[in-house]
Amino acid sequence: MRLDVRKTYKLFIGGKFPRSESGRTYELNDHQGKFLANVAQASRKDARDAVVAARAAQSGWASASAYNRGQILYRIAEMLEARREQFVAEIRAMTGVSSSKANAEVDAAIDSWVWHAGWSDKIDSVAGSMNPVAGPYFNISTNQPTGVVAILAPQDSALVGLVNSIAPAIVSGNTVVVVASEGLPLSAITLTEVLATSDLPGGVVNMLTGSAKEIGPWLASHQDVNAIDLEGAHSPVELEISAAETIKRVIRANSFSRGDSRGSLQHILALMEVKTVWHPKGH
Amino acid sequence: MRSISPEAIVGSRITNQSLRRWLHSLPGVDKVGLEARAASLGTRSIKTASKAWALDAAIKMMDLTTLEGMDTPERVKSLCLKALTPDPTDLSTPRPAAICVYGDMVKYAKATLKDSGVYVAAVATAFPSGRASLRVKLEDTKDAVRAGADEIDMVIDRGAFLAGEYLEVYKQIVAVKEACKRNDGSYAHLKVILETGELQTYDNIRRASYLAMLAGGDFIKTSTGKVTVNATIPITMLMLQAVRDWYEETGELIGVKPAGGIRTAKDAIKYLVVVRETAGETWLNPDLFRFGASSLLNDVLMQRQKLKTGHYSGPDYVTVD
Repeated sequence: MRLDVRKTYKLFIGGKFPRSESGRTYELNDHQGKFLANVAQASRKDARDAVVAARAAQSGWASASAYNRGQILYRIAEMLEARREQFVAEIRAMTGVSSSKANAEVDAAIDSWVWHAGWSDKIDSVAGSMNPVAGPYFNISTNQPTGVVAILAPQDSALVGLVNSIAPAIVSGNTVVVVASEGLPLSAITLTEVLATSDLPGGVVNMLTGSAKEIGPWLASHQDVNAIDLEGAHSPVELEISAAETIKRVIRANSFSRGDSRGSLQHILALMEVKTVWHPKGH
Repeated sequence: MRSISPEAIVGSRITNQSLRRWLHSLPGVDKVGLEARAASLGTRSIKTASKAWALDAAIKMMDLTTLEGMDTPERVKSLCLKALTPDPTDLSTPRPAAICVYGDMVKYAKATLKDSGVYVAAVATAFPSGRASLRVKLEDTKDAVRAGADEIDMVIDRGAFLAGEYLEVYKQIVAVKEACKRNDGSYAHLKVILETGELQTYDNIRRASYLAMLAGGDFIKTSTGKVTVNATIPITMLMLQAVRDWYEETGELIGVKPAGGIRTAKDAIKYLVVVRETAGETWLNPDLFRFGASSLLNDVLMQRQKLKTGHYSGPDYVTVD
């Protein structure tokens, strides 16, 4: 007989796996109430560090070519596929769903990465425009990433909801600080292992585990966060008021479907800003 | 001012041999002990009222620095304006102690700062390498003093120091100090840069500190900021021990200036803890302790805003350097 390895997981900030600055963890039990793992409980200072890391990574990620970003998202899908069994086992342990349901969720997550990867170099072809203006100018509107996006991930979805929150943000060149589902954090933690081995530059995705109720207000009021996704928020109204102080973009809960194997272009565009360029045209 | 002559401190006439004997008789540095002590002081948690005090103290002790080949008169001017009003959203923000620039930029800095109380410090003596003849170094210094520099940051001749030519290093510092003399008989404040990153060992840093103090430096400064290893907490602690012991021996108060690589408010607060615990409260004073930094100010301002508003600030809310 051998001893169980009782796991204590860490956060994912700036491409590294630090413990919470606070030293706190919380116990995660499986759907039958049996101990599963210790999970890091992030503090406001971890959120602050994650925003610094996301900001540092943002310009580099946004200036990577769309093709390159697409390749990396596709690679994430590949790496996720390679860890399929681990994801299935963890989803089943946390939620108690059947093997086929858990497999279906992993399938949907992988397909979502592939779907989003395909969009990276097509966003502007579809959503950008060449505008007719009354003068000798080319007038071109393109879409630019909003910047640093805080995501309060859906509380009731282990994997697919998480992927459908992160992928639409990063595909266009945003960097994100994600607060994972407090009750179903294992898929988020394993996803960070996938991200760390997918050529994704450090700091593009930063994953905090812990309480969205505790961390959310700090992210909503943070002056260096450009947008916040309130899907998994506990008190969305207060957070939205707080976010308005710094004119953040806000995605309200239930604005987009998060359970599918594909997202929506509207979701991607909700985290982009339109830039219009006037360029003189000779006669 | 110290009442004991250099000869009395060294115990004989100043020659290379007597300097060597004196410097090499200093106790060796306990590397492990020094680094462990520095690390343990870095773990202190400074909160609320103490943090507010420390942030303001860090600004007051700052030499806001721009030492780039691409410095222009306008860039220097904008840095000076930033020193005069560090945070336009909060006019209670204190001003940095000084602006630190190259010698030829002193006149532009002076023109903006006037008699605001913010000093102008100039780097001189063929900064940062110090590789020039003494004649050139002295002229460099005099030039900056004539342009109105309140403080001179000189570099020691590391080559001579490492070759064991202590007398040469000593003589150069004495000569630069003399070059700091103004027409009215007063002296520009002299900071002696040891460039600790090039001195190889802690023992050498201790020796260079004593040599600079013996030769009449008003401040000992760690680094130019132009080499790979800049100010570190153990090195600064070692230099603080040197000025503390020097004060006990001679009654003369010498300042310490860590420079290079201090970028966050958190780092600055660690340094302040080390100052308090090593040299004592006397040194928590812009006349005796300075930070040489360029990007530190913005981080301190963001921390100040956080304390005031209760939420985290961002780079969009402070001026761009």
